[in-house]
Parts: sequence; structure tokens; C-alpha cells
Amino acid sequence: MCSSYARAHSLMQWQLTARYTYPKSPHPMATVNAPSTHTLVLPHSLALDGGQELDRVELAHETYGTLNADGSNAILVCHALTGDQHLASPHPITGKPGWWDRMVGPGKPIDTDRFFVVCANVIGSCLGSTGPASIAPDGRPYGMRFPVITIRDMVRAQVALLDALGIGRLHAVIGGSMGGMQALSLAANFPDRAERVLAIATTARHSAQNIAYHEVGRQAIMADPAWQGGEYYGTGQTPDKGLAVARMAAHITYLSEAGLTGKFGRQLQDREAKSFGFDADFQVESYLRHQGLSFTDRFDANSYLYITRATDYFDLAEEHGGRLVDAFAASQARFCIVSFDTDWLYPTAESRNIVHALNATAARVSFVELSAPYGHDSFLLDVPALDRVVKGFIQG
Amino acid sequence: MNDTLRPDLAVIANHIPTGSRVLDVGCGEGELMAVLSHGDKVDVRGIEIDPEEVERAVSRGLSVMQGDANRDLAAYPDDAFDYAVLSQTLQTAERPDLMLDELLRIGRKAFVSFPNFAHWRMRWALVTTGRMPVTRHLPVTWYETQNIHHVTVNDFREMLRKKGVAIERSWFFSGQHEISARCSNWRAEYAVYLLSR
Repeated sequence: MCSSYARAHSLMQWQLTARYTYPKSPHPMATVNAPSTHTLVLPHSLALDGGQELDRVELAHETYGTLNADGSNAILVCHALTGDQHLASPHPITGKPGWWDRMVGPGKPIDTDRFFVVCANVIGSCLGSTGPASIAPDGRPYGMRFPVITIRDMVRAQVALLDALGIGRLHAVIGGSMGGMQALSLAANFPDRAERVLAIATTARHSAQNIAYHEVGRQAIMADPAWQGGEYYGTGQTPDKGLAVARMAAHITYLSEAGLTGKFGRQLQDREAKSFGFDADFQVESYLRHQGLSFTDRFDANSYLYITRATDYFDLAEEHGGRLVDAFAASQARFCIVSFDTDWLYPTAESRNIVHALNATAARVSFVELSAPYGHDSFLLDVPALDRVVKGFIQG
Repeated sequence: MNDTLRPDLAVIANHIPTGSRVLDVGCGEGELMAVLSHGDKVDVRGIEIDPEEVERAVSRGLSVMQGDANRDLAAYPDDAFDYAVLSQTLQTAERPDLMLDELLRIGRKAFVSFPNFAHWRMRWALVTTGRMPVTRHLPVTWYETQNIHHVTVNDFREMLRKKGVAIERSWFFSGQHEISARCSNWRAEYAVYLLSR
């Protein structure tokens, strides 16, 4: 990657995290309810699982719809690993529709005519909330001085946001993948804060395989000389190559083998024959390289380290004395757990594990394994059955 | 209120008091659950093995989990429910006797309904044709049917006697109509039992 691009990218990260000035969206009218991102500065420091405290925590968030008089129609949507607060509004960098635009909006399954929908960028991220690229109290970016955070820390910040918005008890908390972990964590650690918990394509703990894939990504970033021990901010270099490789490896885990085969097979990219070299001969190589490269436009490498770490540390049972049942013992919420038959990152067995723990507390729980061809990413894609389940569950 | 329900389900719905906690095992799309949960008078959940039926039930706002009752009942604690309901599912269980044990472990009482294989039409078909009966109530050929443990009213009673399970009430049906208990092993196409430990 050329250095001028890297500098521009680095500068953009600085602007994003330091001043929250977003580039103007190329599709400002893409949705009718495109709100602007607001940033809340938490009024108190955030005590973290790692024992440290984080001061002046900023939370970039968007809201859709109107909070009713008694504050009972709020839905918190938690985003996945590299997601953001642009739930149903165009992404300021890519210009693409919000990541769950198909699910959230007027008349959509999460109906913003009826519900007040909140989505915040998680702490540790780089899209406006406090993370390793943010400016520490000493005026320099945190870099690796940023404390290691957990899913529960993310949820603590989300709950502080709810407090600030005047939301006592959520109508529902909803999330897929890492968002589902936050939904489960909120149910376990703040049992009075949500009436309904919808956790999609997720797990109650990261498996050895999950951790292993994340470690490949982290090592790719840290092996990039441009990473510079995490102190790359303002140096004109960012570890884009390492971050791109990390994304490539992770991206494979989001898709199904059948999906990859169906989309690419062994088809060659813009050529008649193999090159007997190491260009992207195969379409799947070209696709992955594009996925990796474009990811570096919108994501900070250190944030990737911190957020993957948070998911690896996630073990809801461990937090509650080793028994998952005990994690949900205080909850009176209704739960809905959804898995996908082609998701091998968080396979159905992980969801069943959650469901059995909920059954043991006699919680009101729904569980369905939906059939969809897209692997883990199914929760973001066109799966009409998911739309019906989400709509039915939050209105039931 | 239960005019549209299958007669055995209507009997069950009419005999579950307000405020009960109910588990409907093999709930399908949740026909019984929808009636029971109307007005939130009964706290009812379901288990169903067919993912499409589960999806339709959850989409109606019902609490249904996709699962295999042969295995997944084990996750529930003792006395989790006032009533466990097993409607037209007993004969599909891997071990109907063990499933009955589970029903009466997690529920204080259990409603069980099943088709009676000793109904006179079954007997007549078997005697006259020498082949496994295919009737309006058991409409599937022997190789396609999910009914792997055909049972008669008398067989069921014998199992209850051996297990020491108490019969609180029973209902018998022919077609859409309730009939008396007289000669029920001949006359009933299907039966509903309310059982307790």
C-alpha cells in the first residue's frame, strides 16, 4: 500500500477519534431516517474488569424513533466485532447503508415507528467511542496503554448510555455475534434492564477454535513492522497489511464452505489459465484481498486487537462461578436464541448450550436454528425467516 | 373460545386453570399455546423438533424452543411446570415410558393424548386386508409414519398401572366428537388422559 494512502488513512483515523468529524456521506438520502451520530461523555469513570478505570469515556451512538412517555419502548441493538453505531444510516466512510438497514426502520421488523432504537459504538472501537486510537488524558493517543476491556465492560458503557438517555428497562436488547454476547451479558449482569433478550448467531463463551482464529489475526497485525508496538498513530504508517490479513482470515470464518464454493468455486480471476505465480489467480483470493484491504479503510488495527481480546475473554459461566445456569438465575426476561445451520464459527451447539442453561432456570426461552446458506454472516443478510422471528419475538 | 382447536387440544385448553405454567411438548406451530396464552392468563412454553414450525410459532410471539423431546426435556428442573402437555406425540417417542417419566418430573401433572390403535376400524382393516391400517386419523403408510410406537388405550392403561401413575381424568373421541368411556378400547379413535404422580 502506498505511503500517501497510509498517511491519509492515518490522518482520517485521527480525525475520527479525536474530533468526530465524519466525511460527508455520498448517499445522504439513502434512508429516510438517517440520524446523526451523537457522542455522550460518561459523567463518571468506568470501572473495568481488568481492574483499571477509564476516564472521560465517549460513546458514539445513534437513535431512531421516539422514546415514549414512560420510556418503555426502547430497544438496544448491540453491534458485532467490527460494527458501528450506523445501524440503519449510511456509513460515513464507505457510504454503504447501515449494517442492519434491512432489519431496522419504519415498518421493518424492528419498527422505528413503534420503538426507540439505540445503537452505540462499543468502547475499544474506532468509530467514535473511546478506544486505543483516542486521545488519552496526557494528550497522546492511548495506543497499547489502553486497558484491555471485556464484553461486560462494553455492556457497562451501554448501560451508562441507557441511564443518560433516561431508559430504565429496555423493551429488548438485541445483537448478533459479539452483539449477542453483549445482549447475554446485559441479561446476566443487569437482569432488571431488559424485558426481552434476542441473541443471534452467538455463544456464551469463546471456544478454543474461536480464540485460535483471533490469535492468527492479532499475530498478523503485530508482525507488521508498521504496527510499531501499537504506537503508529501520527507516524504516517499504519499496519494495514497485518490488519488486512487478520480480516482475510476472519472473513473466511464468517462464510460457509458451501457459500464460498457456490460463489467462487475454483474459478480464475480475469485470466484463462493459472499463472504459475503468486498473483491472485483464483477469484476467492482476489475477493479476500479486497475484503482485507477495504477493511483497513474503516478500522483501526489496535481496536481490532482489543475487541478480539474482549471476545476471547468472554465466558459468561466463568463470570458467574462456573455455571452458566447461575448467570441467568436472576433474569426474568424472555429470551430468544437464534442460530444458523451453516454457521461454523458459533455453531448451533453453542446456542443449545445457552438454551439448556435457560431451561434449567425455567426462563421463557425461544430457540430456533434457521436454515440459511451464508454461514455466520447470515444474521446480517437476506434471511426472511430471521425477519419474521425478530418481529414476532419483540412484538410478542 | 376453542372452537377452532382440535378436539383433544380443546379439552386440554378447557382444563388448564388460569395462572398455570405449562410446557407443550411437540407443540407444532403453537395452536394450543396461542389459545392458552391469550390474555397472558397462562404462562406457556413449547418444544418442537421441526424448525419451520418453530419459526412460525416464534413469529407468532410464542416461547417455543427447537428441540428433541427425547433428549431436551432433561434440561428442565423438577416441578418447573404445573402441566406438561404431550398431544399426539407419545407414539413418536423413542421410549414413551421414559418420556412419560420426564413429563411427570418437570410437570406436576401431564396431559397425554394419543391415537388408539385398537379402534375397531383399525382392527377391521388389519383383519380384512392383512395390512397396516391407513385411516383418517393415521393417514400415513407404515414406512413413512413417525408413529414408531403404536399404542392402544388398554396398553396405555397397563403402562400407567405398572408405573403407578394416577389417572385424574380421561376423555375419548371418535372423529370430532367426544364419546363415553364405555368400550373405549374399541370405540375411541383417540384418547386424552390427565395424569399425576
